[in-house]
Amino acid sequence: MKKVLTGNQAVAHGVLLSRAEVISAYPITPQTTIVENLAELCADGILEAKFLRVESEHSALASIIGASMVGARTFTATSSQGLALMHEMLHWAAGSRLPIVMANVNRALGAPWNIWNDQTDSLSQRDTGWIQLYCENNQEVLDTVIQAYMIAEEVYIPVMVVLDAFFLSHTSEPVEIPEGGEVDKFLPKYHARYKCDVNDPHSFNLMVSPEYYQEFRYKIQYAMEEAKKVAKRVDDLFAKSFGRGYGPIEGHLCDDAEVILVTTGTVTSTSRGTIARMRERGVKVGLLKIKMFRPFPREEVKEALRGAQKVAVIDRNISFGCGGIFGHEIKATLCDEEKRPQVFDFVTGLGGRDVTPSLITEIIEYTCQNERPEGEIIWAGMRG
Amino acid sequence: MDEYLDRLNIYASRLVSQKEYFVPGHRACQGCAEALALRLVAKTLGRNNIVACATGCMEIVSSPLPLTSWKVPWIHVAFENAAAVASGIESGLKALMRKGRLPRQKINVMAMAGDGGTSDIGLQALSGALERGHNMVYVCFDNEAYMNTGIQRSSSTPFGASTTTSPAGKVVPGQVTWKKNMPEITAAHNIPYVATACSSYPFDLMEKVKKAADIEGPAYVHILSICPTGWRIPPQLAIHAGRMAIETGMFPLYEVERGKYRLNIDLPELRPVEEYLRFQGRFRHLTPELIEKIQQRVREEYEKLKRKVEMTNED
Repeated sequence: MKKVLTGNQAVAHGVLLSRAEVISAYPITPQTTIVENLAELCADGILEAKFLRVESEHSALASIIGASMVGARTFTATSSQGLALMHEMLHWAAGSRLPIVMANVNRALGAPWNIWNDQTDSLSQRDTGWIQLYCENNQEVLDTVIQAYMIAEEVYIPVMVVLDAFFLSHTSEPVEIPEGGEVDKFLPKYHARYKCDVNDPHSFNLMVSPEYYQEFRYKIQYAMEEAKKVAKRVDDLFAKSFGRGYGPIEGHLCDDAEVILVTTGTVTSTSRGTIARMRERGVKVGLLKIKMFRPFPREEVKEALRGAQKVAVIDRNISFGCGGIFGHEIKATLCDEEKRPQVFDFVTGLGGRDVTPSLITEIIEYTCQNERPEGEIIWAGMRG
Repeated sequence: MDEYLDRLNIYASRLVSQKEYFVPGHRACQGCAEALALRLVAKTLGRNNIVACATGCMEIVSSPLPLTSWKVPWIHVAFENAAAVASGIESGLKALMRKGRLPRQKINVMAMAGDGGTSDIGLQALSGALERGHNMVYVCFDNEAYMNTGIQRSSSTPFGASTTTSPAGKVVPGQVTWKKNMPEITAAHNIPYVATACSSYPFDLMEKVKKAADIEGPAYVHILSICPTGWRIPPQLAIHAGRMAIETGMFPLYEVERGKYRLNIDLPELRPVEEYLRFQGRFRHLTPELIEKIQQRVREEYEKLKRKVEMTNED
């Protein structure tokens, strides 16, 4: 069934179809309509879940950890300041190896105050042990939520589904909604391998000495590597069931491209049009969309960028004192390649500033015209 | 004292279950009355009990991998959120039972934290969980300072106590603030059951924990947990210290059941607070003037409590 949905409604539909059993959340713009939608679904008895209206994002994730620990399928959603407040619990959720799914609406962090799109909130959580999946459109948002449960419940690593503030969260698009029965066939009920069970009592999250701690970390990293394979398998299976697949990355016109533009989120959609027009003008430009940020799909990225002379990365984020975060990942990924393309790292679109087709054209033209970038970061779309 | 106990089951200790769910081998200090209180709580809540434990002494001493003192499912998730985690556990169980994914049965959900994890860093999560009305028992093991990190003051440290961050100095006489009244704060949430207890009164403690578990909705039990290490007393005086805390009125034993206050041990006359303070190293530096100040405060608070008992029991 096709319906016009905002990104946040798409999240809620994904959660409904995945039959989450405990939801816990705290309002924050621009995430709020996700939990409003879920609250309505619960109030009308359409979604049979316990809905916790907690007093903070920290408690949202803490309570979800408790619910997941007894074997329930769980969901929470947040954004920006809320994700920052959750930070400690993100580590605990991953360390507890719980298959929690969370939606994060990418929004800028204060100070100064800003409620618009920016990736720094989720990217600054990159070392917490969560899988991170960035979405391009509302269809992908819905599909990714369903896939996220399947991936999480196989590798026991929590998954963050990330969507752009307003450009997705509050923008309506036609979305194909799978039939509930079809999703039930695709996504089986969750049966926890380990849980708090009075008939089989165990202690969780004990005091771990230096003798053992490192191995706990090794196991998470191992599971992350497994997650790459699992995510691919889940995506293939999803494509077979519903006719749509995404992959950890998507290369578009990369094979003969001299310049490849690397994007995430909604900038990808805008770039598709720009690239088509530049191709018509004879510019050999391709597009690499990155969906999976953690675990980082190194091999796939290397493969996609092989043969390109230059790579232009659009970073809607910044790691102060360093540069764009995707730019850095790309540079690190390419460092052991025999022939390395020159990487241009463009920081732009911060705090919701538009990344327009003409700005993307400028970025590509700059990359074509210059041997190498002037400096580690190229600030694009600055006020004149 | 026993003549004042209105319960005679003190003579029926043999009726108490022999089964333990917080078992020996843990690493608590000698004479730790918190470990004793926890043992009694765990015993009372029995096998069908899931524990969300905050960071703190009891977490550290009971869970050095690969060992555990717990014979019931137990999870530790950080310091400030035992109440939030327990609320999730309770909700998860409810959701699964409602869907028929878990057989319907009575499972106690217990959150536990120290005084720091309750009255300071965990207060927000606790208030949220109480307000939401989860069917759980929250137990605060109050040893009146951050003992796990080495005796730092908390908002639950009594006036005058010397700790490593409120040391008795030449100018400042130790802790200069009054103990935060957690039982009153929780009672103000209008939850069905609030009680204070102490392991020096084991039967009273167990009865209260049982009541807390049986009542539908959130229950809060605040247990004075004597800490010989932090209070600077010989370990063999731990039980005595608890008795003195109650007999001097420093820590009255009472309960608030559906808004009705009840003093469990109502003394016709309180012992002078000096009898409680004088053998504790943490109060050694107190001058007669400061002791008098404490005495006055205790008298006032006790009177206030008695008035609440009268007010809420008028028929």
